[in-house]
Amino acid sequence: MRLAGSLAFALTVLFGTAAQAQNPIPVKIGVLSDMSSLYADISGPGSVVAAKMAVHDFNPAAHNMKVDVVSADHQNKPDVGSSIARQWFDVDHVDAIADVPTSSVALAVSDVTREKNKVLLISGAASSDLTGPKCSPNSVHWTYDTWMLANGTGKALVKTGGDTWFFITADYAFGHALERDTAAVVTANGGKVLGHVLVPLNTADFSSFLLQAQQSHAKIIGLANAGGDTDNAIKQGAEFGITAGGQHFAGLLVFIPDVEALGLKTAQGLVLTSTWYWDMNAANRAWTKRWQAERPGKFPSMVVAGVYSSILHYLKAVAALGSAADGKAVVEKMKQMPTDDPLFGKGQVGVDGTVTHPAYLFEVKSPAESKYPGDDFKLRATIPADEAFRPLKDDNCPLVSAAK
Amino acid sequence: MTALADPPIVEARRDGERSLVVAFAVMVALLVVGPFVVYPVFLMQALCFALFACAFNLLVGYVGLLSFGHALFFGWASYLCAHAAKRWGFPPEAAVLFGTLSGAVLGLVAGSIAIRRQGIYFAMITLALAQMMYFVAVRAPFTGGEDGIQDVPRGHLFGVFDLSHEMTMYVFILVMVLASFLFIYRIINSPFGEVLKAIRENEPRAISLGYNTDRYKLCAFVLSATLAGLAGALKALVFQLASLTDVYWTMSGEVVLMTLVGGLGTVFGPVVGAFLIVAMENYLAQFGQWVLVIQGVIFVACVLVFRRGIVGELAHALGVRL
Amino acid sequence: MVEVFGIPSYALFGQLLIGLINGSFYALLSLGLAVIFGMLDVINFAHGAQYMMGAFAAYLMLQYLGLDYWVALVIVPFLIAATGIVIERLFLQHIRKLDHLYGLILTFGLALIIEGLFRNEFGSSGKPYQIPALLQGGRNLGFMFLPNYRAWVIAFSLVVCFATWFAIERTRLGSYLRAATENPALVRAFGINVPRMVTLTYGFGVGLAALAGVMAAPIYNVSPQMGSDLIIVVFAVVVIGGMGSILGAILTGFALGVIEGLTKVFFPEASSTVIFVIMAIVLLIRPAGLFGRTA
Repeated sequence: MRLAGSLAFALTVLFGTAAQAQNPIPVKIGVLSDMSSLYADISGPGSVVAAKMAVHDFNPAAHNMKVDVVSADHQNKPDVGSSIARQWFDVDHVDAIADVPTSSVALAVSDVTREKNKVLLISGAASSDLTGPKCSPNSVHWTYDTWMLANGTGKALVKTGGDTWFFITADYAFGHALERDTAAVVTANGGKVLGHVLVPLNTADFSSFLLQAQQSHAKIIGLANAGGDTDNAIKQGAEFGITAGGQHFAGLLVFIPDVEALGLKTAQGLVLTSTWYWDMNAANRAWTKRWQAERPGKFPSMVVAGVYSSILHYLKAVAALGSAADGKAVVEKMKQMPTDDPLFGKGQVGVDGTVTHPAYLFEVKSPAESKYPGDDFKLRATIPADEAFRPLKDDNCPLVSAAK
Repeated sequence: MTALADPPIVEARRDGERSLVVAFAVMVALLVVGPFVVYPVFLMQALCFALFACAFNLLVGYVGLLSFGHALFFGWASYLCAHAAKRWGFPPEAAVLFGTLSGAVLGLVAGSIAIRRQGIYFAMITLALAQMMYFVAVRAPFTGGEDGIQDVPRGHLFGVFDLSHEMTMYVFILVMVLASFLFIYRIINSPFGEVLKAIRENEPRAISLGYNTDRYKLCAFVLSATLAGLAGALKALVFQLASLTDVYWTMSGEVVLMTLVGGLGTVFGPVVGAFLIVAMENYLAQFGQWVLVIQGVIFVACVLVFRRGIVGELAHALGVRL
Repeated sequence: MVEVFGIPSYALFGQLLIGLINGSFYALLSLGLAVIFGMLDVINFAHGAQYMMGAFAAYLMLQYLGLDYWVALVIVPFLIAATGIVIERLFLQHIRKLDHLYGLILTFGLALIIEGLFRNEFGSSGKPYQIPALLQGGRNLGFMFLPNYRAWVIAFSLVVCFATWFAIERTRLGSYLRAATENPALVRAFGINVPRMVTLTYGFGVGLAALAGVMAAPIYNVSPQMGSDLIIVVFAVVVIGGMGSILGAILTGFALGVIEGLTKVFFPEASSTVIFVIMAIVLLIRPAGLFGRTA
């Protein structure tokens, strides 16, 4: 042991001095997230913790690199997000921006990143346009997107008998996209859409819309909304006897903090798609334990896990290239190297920037089934990586046609 | 708002003009040196909001009409300018002009409805109109919903100056904002401006003196909306983006706060207020969760401690006009 | 089956009833705002935050003290009213003589502080709160399924609204209050402590907001931003009813709930905008609101 210890010490000294001799490669990563409002619990401060863990686990000193992490709050406003991004690139020498929940902000930041030739590691934003018509050679979309959510939840439910649908849709571009993608999957698999209702954003009372859903007699009520809107719909659905009456909710964008906010008693039976769950395996549990040291009492969402994995892969690519200066080259390198990390396992970054890995269909447990805090999901189906994400041919991504 | 506290304008003295000239010179000097010290995009953003706040101040500070719907003009001009530049391929000067004119037209429509009421009811009517147009912005296909209109080209000004160059853009914005600032100053010191102030102080008296006050108020409203439109159009070019944030009622609230923090009815107050609020949003972003609390504390302090606004208190302390 | 504009009439009945239930929240909140505006001349922008505090207080009492919904319903309004009284003493009493604008900005600042602190402490995605055991389930009315809790909401808020109206318009204490707003100096001359009365009135208005918050906790998502989404709509309700008019606030609250409910059936996308359309129309026809007295 002593020998090993002193050997390690000697190595550190050796590498340390060597590193000083050739000046470590500086890398700066900015976590741009929603720190204070709607999506702060699924990403926000938790993403910053995950980013720091990724840097620690990568061990920059061993690769002769020096990695800094900064963070800021984009307040869910595209203009605030794009101005922070500009300032980071122009003044603060940030090389890569990570997370960026809210699709509208991510789209704006993507434009800036491309203009400045840096790297965008998307985890929190959902729109599949980011790797579709609006794809960029400077970005990688890690965790999930609307196509994958629609496909996972829609297909699995139709196949298990949920063949008639009614949508409660948030009346904005993101809600429309989510409904459109899911309805396409439902009809393609032999199901039928009976109707939909468009609801203004941040509506507190859903009872009127739930009544309309009830009267449609659809087996599945698809919730094409997010955050507090989803929570309100499910909470009031339980009250109006929707689930007791034999209808089921399908949350198209539900994260573990949403389930915690509802409580299992209300949320039980809800079906959702996720690419990562903290209690899936020993590696995830061990990682969650470390994460919780900084975020006591909370459970990491897939977004937070995606921030960790995307940064880890990014740093590997920078180390392989020996420089973070050319964003396009780094993303190119990320696409060449297969991804491999403790949380998402092995995978691949596609030409369009989508990272493919398996997705899972979960059902929320009942209070009786839940044994300990955070024991919220049970696995219903696994969607293999090659089916979980949109095939390249349907992308309409200019990068794909250029690659041919 | 017939009696907005004690108007912070210290009666113009014979040498009152001098303090204004000095302050203006200082402001111009700071703005010329600014981009070499501070990040230019931040300055451009602050300048756009400064113009917006000055336009708003024209109405509330000099006519005494508190609009709670100015986001309507700012946001819609921003959308229309972005749309003209991106989809119709307008050059920047034409796109900005188009946005500004749309602000004027919207101002004429909204103004002729709203000026029939005073005080809090005026504020509420403007809010209602703005919320209706917000709804249109959410629903209309060309606005792109919450994604907004992104990737707006800055283009070449008069076909010569490449605005994608940050410094060229800055000069363009600076010239436009300073020109508008002087224009507003000219208005409030013209005979027309004197009538407006008379209406603010005592509308029945102005009527009895034979002024058609409704026409004056509408005129001021349209001017204010036009300049707010100009600010919105410029902002669309600076950020290459027009989004829902700019038409939502919180934006109307923000401009009230900028003007109030800087100093209602002062010449330079709105500029100072805008710079302060924009700086807060930008530099507090790193404090993440504490932004809301810090903003709240500043507003409370503003009302309790320096009610005349920063510039108003300064002018009061120095006994000059600012 | 009778149909109205392609909607079966039984479905319409259900929507009308639901509108009425939502209206009871508008009524409770706008009632508080109207009381505060009527007596203090302050537009209380913190009202939404105080409503949110009511809901959170109910959650915290259940979580940490094991006190259930019914206890919360009694205690929380007093608790939050006490914080309101502190706010009045610390801040609002200093700006009494000033323009409305200053009260609005001050309470807006307070709302930001409160909301920010709650977000820092509890996160943004909300907390669970169950419907009390006694009121779970519901009954089938033939045309719709009415949850028992909703029936309770409408009944209880009607009682509270009526009691408040009665206390202010028909009792001796209420007449002092009304007189004090008209002419504080004269009322003081009769030996009544006007400042204390004003403070207590603010506390009462805040208490009403907190009460609405407790009632909302089992059915709406209990999150720090739950109030800020609502406040601007409630403002509109008060303005339509006539600023400071107690009866106006109550009736308009219920009526707008119904109108909003119908919009949710025929043109759901516009359901959050319809109130502003009505506000603009009402203000153009009746400048002081439906029930307001022209000054």
